[in-house]
Amino acid sequence: MKSLDLTRRALIFAAITSLSLGGGDRPAAAQTPPGVLIVGQIAEPKSLDPAAVTAVNDFRILVNVYEGLVRYEPGTLEVAPALATDWAISEEGTEYTFTLREGVTFHDGTPFNAETVKFNFDRMLNEDHPYHDTGPFPLAFFFSAIAKTEVLDELTVKFTLNAPYAPFLSNLAYPTGLMVSPAAVEQHGADFGRNPAGTGPFTFVEWRSNEAVVIEKNPDYWGDPAGTEAVVFRPITDANTRVAEMLAGGIDMMVEVPPTALSRFQGDAFKVVEQAGPHLWFLILNAKEGPFADKRVRQAANYAINKRALVDDVLEGTAEIAAGPTPPAFAWAHNETLAPYPYDPERARALLDEAGIEEGTELTFYVTEGGSGMLDPIPMGTAIQADLNAVGFDVKIETYEWNTFLGEVNPGLEGKADMAEMAWMTNDPDTLPYLALRTEAWPSEGGFNSGYYSNEEVDRLLEEARVATDQEERARLYKRMQEIVQEDAPWVFVANWKQNAVTSDRVENFSLEPSFLLQLEGVVKN
Amino acid sequence: MGGYILKRLLSAIPVLLGITIIVFAIMAMIPGDPATAILGSYATPDNVEKLNRDLGLDKPLLQRYFIWLGNMLQGDFGRSFSLNRPVLDEVVERFNATLVLAGTGFVLCSVLGILAGVVSAARQYGVADKIITFTVLIGISIPSFFLGMMIILLFAVNLRWLPVSGMYAIYGGGDLPDLLKHLVMPATALAVVATGVIARLSRSAMLEVLRQDFIRTARAKGVPERRVIMGHALRAAMVSILPVLGIQAGFVLSGAVYIEMVFQWPGVGRMLVDAILKRDILLLQGGVVLVAACYVLFNIAVDVAQALLDPRIKT
Repeated sequence: MKSLDLTRRALIFAAITSLSLGGGDRPAAAQTPPGVLIVGQIAEPKSLDPAAVTAVNDFRILVNVYEGLVRYEPGTLEVAPALATDWAISEEGTEYTFTLREGVTFHDGTPFNAETVKFNFDRMLNEDHPYHDTGPFPLAFFFSAIAKTEVLDELTVKFTLNAPYAPFLSNLAYPTGLMVSPAAVEQHGADFGRNPAGTGPFTFVEWRSNEAVVIEKNPDYWGDPAGTEAVVFRPITDANTRVAEMLAGGIDMMVEVPPTALSRFQGDAFKVVEQAGPHLWFLILNAKEGPFADKRVRQAANYAINKRALVDDVLEGTAEIAAGPTPPAFAWAHNETLAPYPYDPERARALLDEAGIEEGTELTFYVTEGGSGMLDPIPMGTAIQADLNAVGFDVKIETYEWNTFLGEVNPGLEGKADMAEMAWMTNDPDTLPYLALRTEAWPSEGGFNSGYYSNEEVDRLLEEARVATDQEERARLYKRMQEIVQEDAPWVFVANWKQNAVTSDRVENFSLEPSFLLQLEGVVKN
Repeated sequence: MGGYILKRLLSAIPVLLGITIIVFAIMAMIPGDPATAILGSYATPDNVEKLNRDLGLDKPLLQRYFIWLGNMLQGDFGRSFSLNRPVLDEVVERFNATLVLAGTGFVLCSVLGILAGVVSAARQYGVADKIITFTVLIGISIPSFFLGMMIILLFAVNLRWLPVSGMYAIYGGGDLPDLLKHLVMPATALAVVATGVIARLSRSAMLEVLRQDFIRTARAKGVPERRVIMGHALRAAMVSILPVLGIQAGFVLSGAVYIEMVFQWPGVGRMLVDAILKRDILLLQGGVVLVAACYVLFNIAVDVAQALLDPRIKT
């Protein structure tokens, strides 16, 4: 009776306020206009200068305003022409010569040519460049192999590398390689990031801090014109609020839907889109000391953890079980013959007995509270703890906030922990194993091999793959590397995340890319 | 009087200096650094060192503090690296948004709280009193972020009367009715707890006053009951209600942090939380210093006003 009064009072109150505010004549408070796509983003962008940012959240806007010399072929991670129509690689793999597209202009009206390409790379890499101070450029090391950039003629540009570097092309397709207008950088200086000008299918209109970034169709685009008049990116940091906005019709599309909210979008009014990407969620095992110094114990951990339960129950089907260090999204480099370690606690116990691990052996497990690509790290950590305890370990979890966590894990686990959660999203099969599995990537050498894995053959394969320019040869080397690494088990391979998004039924032609970028030029909004 | 104001203003300087030292020291002590936060997975020692150098974080701590302080004294709060814009612009913008939200919340909880307290005191043990007391109990017990999500579900998702989040509509908004529509839910959610507290205290303050002789006299004189309550009793009770309002104002302002998260209100509380997570040192330091300076000035203004009103306070 009393709760009834409460509800009635609340209803009356809201009815009065909404009527008095003239809300009565608008059936839906948040109906979005046709031709305008409103996207719910996870955060306010840092900057719209592609050379200055690192977050996928920012890249989702940038790839619609800017273009690079090359891009990822839609639906794959293969490199395809964009602002460059063609390229040639020298025999030894150190000279890349690009032929540029003719008749392309930046949104500020200045022409795109070889000089502008040189400006872009010099600005990032050359500390004496007059506009180097518009940085910092945290991902400039993607192009640190470039020794010099030369203008051969109006539409031809040549990069000379200091050594062969196979991931160079796919790094150029990464958003850090998007081309900005030199004239706009000269005009706005450090504020270029808030006054962007590229060559893409959308031009920048305005950025209202903490409210929206608005871009509209570029009428002078060299390619097919965009399918919508405008796109609005709204930062909505709270996932529950983002879901509520989607349900209320305040946004037409949201990315990174929390797994537990997916069931709310079943039905005809919404479309759920999924795409596996180059993501790996794994556990780093301390191979230098403690129980995991023994390969059998590392394998036992891989057998003991019920990955099916993790991806289906904790992650609600938003990920797939990982088999090895290279995600299947790198189709050409992924070794399909490798099957994931099955869930087999008996086998795990047998291996532990063989290795002489006593019941109740303590393990320290670093777990993060959140962080880029970490999915649902605390529930995943506790599920893993339960699985390992079930085969006889005594796992102690230590939880850290993300930045603190990185500060603990990146310098190496020695003397501190036996295992740690980690996740990577990369754009080339070279990146993760090269930075996190080689002997020369131990933390003391400046790498991310925080578990101190070391295998000479893996080192050799990765070095060879990095300098091989033939993709088939690279693929062969990576596939061999995956076999060895899976057998050695320096990590517990857990999951490959499937990125998801929800759109309303008014949105058509939308798909997600394996690159995790958000290409919106073809999307139509009714 | 002028001398008193000057004295109070001068005494604020060491307080503000102390705040700059504390904020700076805390930011220097918490683990994790901005370069690691920016680089994420790519935070190799080399990359971190280079980026810290570019951000000017490689200098000794003391030197950094004095550079920051010196720049700030000249009105330069630096540039936020996570938002790539001047700290001052961002903080002023966000602080305005918080003032709108917290100000509305405060007016709501004061008016509704006192009104509810007066009604339930006037009708002690009556039906209205019981309903209000019960409602107030729920109001005090319910976490504001939870209430926020529940009213979003009801009024924005199911009934579609109000927008879910933000301060202005993306299209066709920007005027006062639009702002009010966006303000209703967050301001209500923010005001609920404080309304409950104020209602309870107003009720007991009123009951105490209503038992006093001058009320009986007023009633005996034949003063209408409405005037007895609103005129005589409430005025007397306000003496003990006002300090409570002052305390609740502080709670409303700090409660705005949760509400800003739930309703995506572009306020300063949310900004500070983001700045901590991203290790945006300059934004956090500048934000805290500016907010603290406002508190200090507000307190001085209150003291000065009190001194003006009450001659017993020595100036």
